[in-house]
Amino acid sequence: MTAEVQIAVKNLTVGYGDFVLLKDISFNVNKGDVFIIMGGSGCGKSSLLRVLTGLVPPQRGNFFIDGVDFTKAAPPVRDEIMQRCGILYQSGALFSSMTLAENIALPLQQYTDYSEREVSELVSLKLALVGLAGFEDFYPSEISGGMKKRAGLARALALDPEIVYFDEPSAGLDPISSKLLDDLILDINHSLGTTIVIVTHELASIFAVGSNSIFLDGETKSIQGYGNPNQLLKNPPNQKVYNFLTRGAKENA
Amino acid sequence: METKLKYIVDGTVLKLELSGDYLKYDDNAAIGGLYEAASRKNTESVEVQAAGLGEWDSTLLVILFQLQKISRSRQIPLRLRQLPPGLKQLLELAFSVDRKPVAESNETAGLLERVGNWGIATAEGIRKGGGFLWKTVVSFWNFVNGMSVMRRVDFLFALEDCGYKALPIVSLISFMVGLILAFVGAVQLKTFGAEIYVASLVTIGMTRIMGAIMTGIIMAGRTGASYAATIGTMQVNEEIDALKTMGIAPVDFLVLPRLMALVLTMPILVMWADFMGMFGGGFVGVTMLGIPFQKYWELSVNAISLNNFLVGIFHGLVFGVVIAVCGCYYGVYCGRNADSVGVATTKAVVSAIVWMIVMTGIITVVCEVLGI
Repeated sequence: MTAEVQIAVKNLTVGYGDFVLLKDISFNVNKGDVFIIMGGSGCGKSSLLRVLTGLVPPQRGNFFIDGVDFTKAAPPVRDEIMQRCGILYQSGALFSSMTLAENIALPLQQYTDYSEREVSELVSLKLALVGLAGFEDFYPSEISGGMKKRAGLARALALDPEIVYFDEPSAGLDPISSKLLDDLILDINHSLGTTIVIVTHELASIFAVGSNSIFLDGETKSIQGYGNPNQLLKNPPNQKVYNFLTRGAKENA
Repeated sequence: METKLKYIVDGTVLKLELSGDYLKYDDNAAIGGLYEAASRKNTESVEVQAAGLGEWDSTLLVILFQLQKISRSRQIPLRLRQLPPGLKQLLELAFSVDRKPVAESNETAGLLERVGNWGIATAEGIRKGGGFLWKTVVSFWNFVNGMSVMRRVDFLFALEDCGYKALPIVSLISFMVGLILAFVGAVQLKTFGAEIYVASLVTIGMTRIMGAIMTGIIMAGRTGASYAATIGTMQVNEEIDALKTMGIAPVDFLVLPRLMALVLTMPILVMWADFMGMFGGGFVGVTMLGIPFQKYWELSVNAISLNNFLVGIFHGLVFGVVIAVCGCYYGVYCGRNADSVGVATTKAVVSAIVWMIVMTGIITVVCEVLGI
């Protein structure tokens, strides 16, 4: 059975102004994948994510979400697509003037007709799912970095999204918190069937959660590796991918 | 042990002998001489002998690093003999660069190019500013039609911040301005024996324009800067990205409550500033000119004209829009680092003050034409 493609990227060029970061890249993300976008610092991983989440337009090319061309879609269609996507930012990006409950309630109030009681129950559930039951009335400044990411994930999951994007989820976390977040990502993927797209360069996370991946290379501005991360390690397509996945080991592939 | 950089030129070989300790070594004359000798045409190789080297720090590493750079650029051999392993390792590390910076063009932009760049930047600024204003108008229209996502709590919080919390500073400054106006006026009017008109001078000055201008400047520095810093920090923390990807317009969520709060409070603050300014004038009138307070107050109230009062209030309303738009605009378009927040804050205050002066000029001309 062929897997259903959820995100199809076709000849996408990413950059700012005259500066090109990635040129004519194409790849597919299948439904239910934990898809890793990896590569060295400055190769354009986060910029690609900003394009995929509609924050900046691509310089050229298209990408399709469930068959709809996001780059050419009218704003209402984009909004409808984005309602089916959740995003966890590197810093958590929680609104500092709001409690965790208010943060998570915001997309629910924006896009649903749930009553106050229903919203409150959903907020408690989402917080419980990420291990933060009872933290409803805490402000972001009162919790740790790892907890902020979990709360950010709870907000990203508020509308039961079909796709969740993660920008460097392990950044700034200790190994145990990082492992717990990886487990949480897998739990969400397995239990809800959510498609997960993760931008990261944390090797432990890549091998632990990734079912498919691309390796971006800043020098050639292209994809230099495409496939399951463990398979890429076993059969590296080139020296760059091998070096990256083995933390720069000097041996030839 | 006293350390001296010893080097000799033996034919075509520059020999450097390192002995003793090199800690915080800064004999610039000797170091300069060494580099000069290494750069000479007839020097064909460099030898460094470090058998007697004691303790060393980065100052010695710098000398060897520069020496190696000179020999590399001149393509002459550099032989390092009996160098301590640590020093050798650091030297190798300094040259094992895995990435070179992109070469920057040394060409200076010509006049035409600079004018062109300025034109492009100005056009971009106008486009962005115009777009922001349009989004703000649309957002307000959506609010009027009950379609805005503005949270009531955000509006109330902004109202509190630019409302009664601003009263103490507005009161103090306005009182002082009234006092200064009265004092300066009194000195001049006394020479004509017309000091009784001080009350009218202060009242007309404060109600027509000074109350509004002073309140505007205070609020630009206090509230406009705070808007830019708060929203700018949200930009740095990716909170604005989060809003956008949730499909929530940052203008609805962040700009509208602040704008409405300032537009509502500014006229009230201006009225309060007028009152405090008259009170400050009264202080001079009573203490310096010996006018009884009741008489001074009566003269002041008689000098209030509805036209002047309403023009002052209208100024306040316009200044409220200017301060909020400038503060929020520079916050929303802030860069993504801490430094950008400072720049955004400065720009917000400066541009708000400039635009307030421009708007004052326009309103004054319009009032003149309309005979108000």
